[in-house]
Amino acid sequence: MSMTMTQKILAAHAGLEKVEAGQLILVNLDRVLGNDITSPVAIKEFEKIGATSVYDKDKVTMVMDHFAPNKDIKAATQCKMCRDFCDKHEVTHFYDVGQMGIEHALLPEKGLVVPGDVVIGADSHTCTYGALGAFSTGVGSTDMACGMATGKAWFKVPSAIKFVLKGKLNQYVSGKDVILHIIGKIGVDGALYKSMEFTGEGVQSLTIFDRLTISNMAIEAGAKNGIFEVDEQTIAYVKERSDRDFPIYKADEDAVYDETYEIDLSEIKSTVAFPHLPENTKTFDEIGDIKIDQVVIGSCTNGQYKDLAEAAEIFKGKKVAKRVRAIIIPATQDVYMKAMENGLLKIFIEAGCIVSTPTCGPCLGGYMGILAAGERAVATTNRNFVGRMGHVDSEVYLASPTVAAASAIAGKIADPAEVMK
Amino acid sequence: MIFNGKAIKYGDNVDTDVIIPARYLNTIDKKELASHCMEDIDKNFVNKVQAGDIMIAGYNFGCGSSREHAPIAIKESGISLVIARSFARIFYRNSINIGLAILECDEAVDGISEGDIVEADLDNGILYNRTTGKQFTTQPFPAFIQQIITNGGLVSSIQKGDIK
Repeated sequence: MSMTMTQKILAAHAGLEKVEAGQLILVNLDRVLGNDITSPVAIKEFEKIGATSVYDKDKVTMVMDHFAPNKDIKAATQCKMCRDFCDKHEVTHFYDVGQMGIEHALLPEKGLVVPGDVVIGADSHTCTYGALGAFSTGVGSTDMACGMATGKAWFKVPSAIKFVLKGKLNQYVSGKDVILHIIGKIGVDGALYKSMEFTGEGVQSLTIFDRLTISNMAIEAGAKNGIFEVDEQTIAYVKERSDRDFPIYKADEDAVYDETYEIDLSEIKSTVAFPHLPENTKTFDEIGDIKIDQVVIGSCTNGQYKDLAEAAEIFKGKKVAKRVRAIIIPATQDVYMKAMENGLLKIFIEAGCIVSTPTCGPCLGGYMGILAAGERAVATTNRNFVGRMGHVDSEVYLASPTVAAASAIAGKIADPAEVMK
Repeated sequence: MIFNGKAIKYGDNVDTDVIIPARYLNTIDKKELASHCMEDIDKNFVNKVQAGDIMIAGYNFGCGSSREHAPIAIKESGISLVIARSFARIFYRNSINIGLAILECDEAVDGISEGDIVEADLDNGILYNRTTGKQFTTQPFPAFIQQIITNGGLVSSIQKGDIK
């Protein structure tokens, strides 16, 4: 029996030669992740289990990013609970204000995930690391607690959908447009319980950061994981950050897929997901005049240096429209530093944007840019559910950094190609 | 394992952000979470829900964030069982792990309306709509899943030695 790339990684971590879709297996975990919202619940369960130590203090990882810097007393209490736990159990990779960044940008950047790893995280966007050829998936706090205690988790081996990419992206189009296009095509449960495997010569034309954005939103199609074939770019990115050796897994040529889609990257246009589901996608030939109140550029989906640089190219020498609030959130301290060194922050501030410290903040309606009733935001984030960024009668339109920047300048949802004419 | 209650019905793609909005995730207090359950799509839910009630929904219930606070809020609000056409995978796992009974059954979703009185016999996999007299079959709950639910979750089950 042949296997998909995901199945090969899972088999290796279960100590099995072969696995097949539907099989229940127990796998060894290379990393167990939590944040300031999900970890407190996990810590309580961990203590209930009666575990006295974490399975590996170098592999358990906590990042204070959702409501940190602490937005209120309750958030402060939750971060303190995580901090005390990590101190007590001598957790090596505890990232607090000053070192932290948004978890799914931070872990790849710190070299904490390498190809072939199995990672669980009590955060649905843990699927991001598929961009590096790892199996990573979101779980709840109970699974995180059991993972911290035992270093193991059970899984049902997923079947897969194959996406064969070819061609190259056009100017102002990026990974965000690719994944929004795919979700628009297959729907928010189009890959429910399955792997999304990305392959084909088109993969090489995508930067690691485009791939991180694409894998990040695999969950928005209901997928268990979204994984890219490892290439020279992946190896170069990882070797710069980690000393660990890693095997490279490739799907068997005769691996069985539930479905196969061919995607020509050169045909993908700037895409916007309308409220209130990521599958409600439109391109600019279908988008009329939609006035906006706020723009957010950041999040685990699009807060990398590349995303900020693409936005800065649009903002340079222009001004944010009157009555629009533009909020830029670098995903990590390193991204922030690089944006400062290369003059991006100056471009943003001169244009009338604000630049925040790394945080998930407004993406999930936590703080740092909450919407009032009737307000609309264009955001480079990942979800546009009812009330996601604030009031239940507010609206979020999901888009790429170039579309978000162009929209901030135009005061309405705008095509970057038009704004740059 | 038998549940009895009135049906409270929602549509497709009910996400965890509306089940428990993120603005309330600065606490892990179950009662407080339950007091905001479903408020962004149904402000009246907390007033009408009674212990034992059964939630009915369409496709992809529980999509979005992995917050375990979502099934916790539903369970703490008094809901005994969620029946949907399909569940998002993280929510499915989390529900069993925290001891909330959930099951997939298209026919029951079609045949149960808001306010109907429903009886669910999970030993035999039979769902009765006591208001209309209709009945639906589903997969019985395996004994170990029933045990996790009775014990109040996976960790409690391990603690009690029911799962080794």
